[in-house]
Amino acid sequence: MLRQRPLLVELLTAACLIAAPFILPHVGFTPTTINRILIWGLFGIGFDILFGFTGLLSFGQSAFFGTGGMVAAYLLTVANFPYGTASLLIGTMVAAVVGYLVGLIALRRTGIYFAMITVAISEVFYFVEFNPLSDFTGGENGLPGVPPPSLFLGFTTVEFNTNWKMYGFLAFWYFVGLVIALRIIRSPVGTVLRAIRENPGRAAAVGHSINGYKLTAFVVAAAYAGFAGGLLGMMQGFMPPDAFTFETSGQLVMQSAIGGGGTLFGPLVGAMVWLYLSDFLQTTLHLGSTWKLVLGIVFVLLVCFLRHGLIGGIADLYRIVTRGQARSTEEAADETLREEHDATPQAVSKPAAVPARPREASLNGRPILQAKGLTKRYGGLVANSDIDFAVTRGEIRGIIGPNGAGKTTFFKMLTCEVPPTSGQILFEGHDITGMTVTEVCQLGLTKSYQINQLFNRLTVRENLTIGVLAELRGTFRLDLFRSTKSVPELERRVEHALELVDLVKRADTPVSDLAYGEKRRLEIGLALATSPTLLLLDEPLAGMSPQERIGTVRLLKSIARGRTMIIIDHDMDSLFELVERVTVLHEGRILIEGTPDEIKRNSKVQEAYLGGVHAEVAAE
Amino acid sequence: MLNWANFISQCFNGLVLGALLALISSGLTIIYGTLGVLNLAHGAMFMLGGYAGWVAYTYTGSFIVAVAFGAAFVMVVGILVERVIIRSFYSRPHEDQLLVTFGIGIVFVETIRFFFGSLSKSVPPPPPFVGITNLGFMMYPTYRLAVLGIVAAALIVLYLVLYRTRIGMIVRAGIEDSAMVDALGIDVGKIFMLVFGLGAAAAGFAGIVNAPVVSIAPDVGEAILVQTFVVVVIGGVGSFPGAIIGGLIAGQIISLTSMFNPGYSYIMLFVAMTLVLVLRPYGLLGTAGRE
Repeated sequence: MLRQRPLLVELLTAACLIAAPFILPHVGFTPTTINRILIWGLFGIGFDILFGFTGLLSFGQSAFFGTGGMVAAYLLTVANFPYGTASLLIGTMVAAVVGYLVGLIALRRTGIYFAMITVAISEVFYFVEFNPLSDFTGGENGLPGVPPPSLFLGFTTVEFNTNWKMYGFLAFWYFVGLVIALRIIRSPVGTVLRAIRENPGRAAAVGHSINGYKLTAFVVAAAYAGFAGGLLGMMQGFMPPDAFTFETSGQLVMQSAIGGGGTLFGPLVGAMVWLYLSDFLQTTLHLGSTWKLVLGIVFVLLVCFLRHGLIGGIADLYRIVTRGQARSTEEAADETLREEHDATPQAVSKPAAVPARPREASLNGRPILQAKGLTKRYGGLVANSDIDFAVTRGEIRGIIGPNGAGKTTFFKMLTCEVPPTSGQILFEGHDITGMTVTEVCQLGLTKSYQINQLFNRLTVRENLTIGVLAELRGTFRLDLFRSTKSVPELERRVEHALELVDLVKRADTPVSDLAYGEKRRLEIGLALATSPTLLLLDEPLAGMSPQERIGTVRLLKSIARGRTMIIIDHDMDSLFELVERVTVLHEGRILIEGTPDEIKRNSKVQEAYLGGVHAEVAAE
Repeated sequence: MLNWANFISQCFNGLVLGALLALISSGLTIIYGTLGVLNLAHGAMFMLGGYAGWVAYTYTGSFIVAVAFGAAFVMVVGILVERVIIRSFYSRPHEDQLLVTFGIGIVFVETIRFFFGSLSKSVPPPPPFVGITNLGFMMYPTYRLAVLGIVAAALIVLYLVLYRTRIGMIVRAGIEDSAMVDALGIDVGKIFMLVFGLGAAAAGFAGIVNAPVVSIAPDVGEAILVQTFVVVVIGGVGSFPGAIIGGLIAGQIISLTSMFNPGYSYIMLFVAMTLVLVLRPYGLLGTAGRE
């Protein structure tokens, strides 16, 4: 993998950028085309961080491309500002600020709403450029006469006034942009961005402020767009108003999709294909304006048949070619794995549990969690009614109840996923009613889900890293340029969590390739990775084979040390073996609370589960 | 400066535009509500309706034939697109659906440009509606009044189909929960196809009805698409009444702002959208959870 050798990507890119002017002209690329490719590629790096890594598809990037370009061009022409690079950077900053403001509005919603809002925003910018601001932007004429950049070296000044000199200038900035982007995606922020793409709900639930990170990605994308816009003006000697059109945004989206998302290079590859084909179709085949029709059809076919773009397609092809080899080694590995499992089912050594967060000694013995009069109504349906509930520190509590008793709703209120209709929740003495799930997780209360909520395209290790990062870094931190590897404690904690849920051998396997039982363990591991003091487990044994249940019960016992846990499950035998006290929910209320033995013997419980007639049968 | 006759006539213009936007947005919103696909080719469907109608008009000279053919043609195109392409995208992420419909839109626009060129075409209003009507308090182009009537009639038909027929009930149930409808033994695939066709036809119908007011060109759908998005965000995604209210509001904003400076109409539209997003994030008549 390239990720193991961090400098390799940078070096390869530098080599390609140096080699390009010697190779590409021979296969039909003109210097202008190559320069354009670099600008679109740089524009696309930011877009890939937003779309490929964070999963936010914006159709409004033209707004920032145009803004950055216009600001830089205005400074260099009308305002007679002499410094080219400084103008570029000022344009970039303005675009980033505009991106921040726009992001505040657009990111209020996700998915298709986000796409629609960004379309509307870009259209507004187009009209603003043409009308209210036409005195500054030249309206439909744009801003002509943008001087080429120059570099003052003390004894002489280098003017980037030919195509190839311009190439040097652009390639330098492309490289800088790429290096910065690589730092970002290798930073903890980059990891969280991928988590948001895969499963925003869980990313928030393990304690990351996803809105902050989304806004960060949006601003970064806007800054790249602004910078690329400035370069466009310099390259053409003219800042065109059509940088602001919806078509610009659309072309960026299409190029990125053609190249493939999530690699940073997708937009560059896409731009190569796009601009080459457009040159080829127009000048060689003399198709005139029909080239766009051809490219449109190519694009639709590509989206239909090549899900991850050209880069994804090449990667798949590579995998198919090397499959024979890979399969045999993989099978062998699986074989040994299975053997080990069969031979030593008991011998899996359990490391000591991740220490729960240090707690104040004075609080010992008091309830860690207290709910008072908790009620939840959905319209006319009362899911939970007037529940009073307390768990002592260090306790393992079970919650049982027939289907529809309101167990999951109760858990959702405790972790602040849904607000209660009335009532109050106290965690370690703090009133957490009305807090967000992210804040509560940061306080040390989290949940493993009934239905797996994992980051599917990421590996087991990356999944756990996401959980640990939330605990080590808090809800939001802008350590954009720090390597994830350099976060102190991170690796040790991740390794520890891996050992705890017995997934060390599967650490680098993507979640989508795991077996069901392994996914369930990872689900618990993800909750554990945030080092909770109070861990809620919603049906941890659901859907497991008897063999897997035994393993999971052992796992739960091992993590219980130094931790308070509340467990919902339908598997009474396993549950009663684990917990010290049991609360029975029935029709949204607490029916009874007691030790497992008391509960087993209680006739009300038997009635709730089986109906009165069968109570005797069940008692046997 | 403000002159009443001008103001009233702009209000009427806003009403006509608003009704058109309401019709187009209803098409977009029922498709999204039922199929879960945001059709970025919806603007292109509007444009196709205009061109199909124009072709029919050039051959027959009859406006009624033009309207019928425009709507029917786009309906067929919609059904074909759903059958051949969109169908395989239901299980794919929203982003892929956006990409593919965006691409389809471009293919439509460029196909039309290929066959008919970039110059705009116009369809004259049908003879009974030529000229200007004296409404007593002002003079107003007759055809625009007719558009108001035609579009209102179309919206009523759409309403009746959605709220008074069996199919409509299934569609509305599908908007709430299409998996459940499927589980009840109703062929959701067929319903999806019909809804896509119906939604596309709404856009196509609006496209040809609007052709005598604003002449048609290959890229006429792009601006309409953006306005439709604003309408849907204001009204609430997936809500038919929301599309109508949103359309009427957007129509008034655009035309009243144009009275002072057309350049600001989009900005005002955007301000209104932002206000709605801040105050009622799910739109005026939308409900949470449709995303």
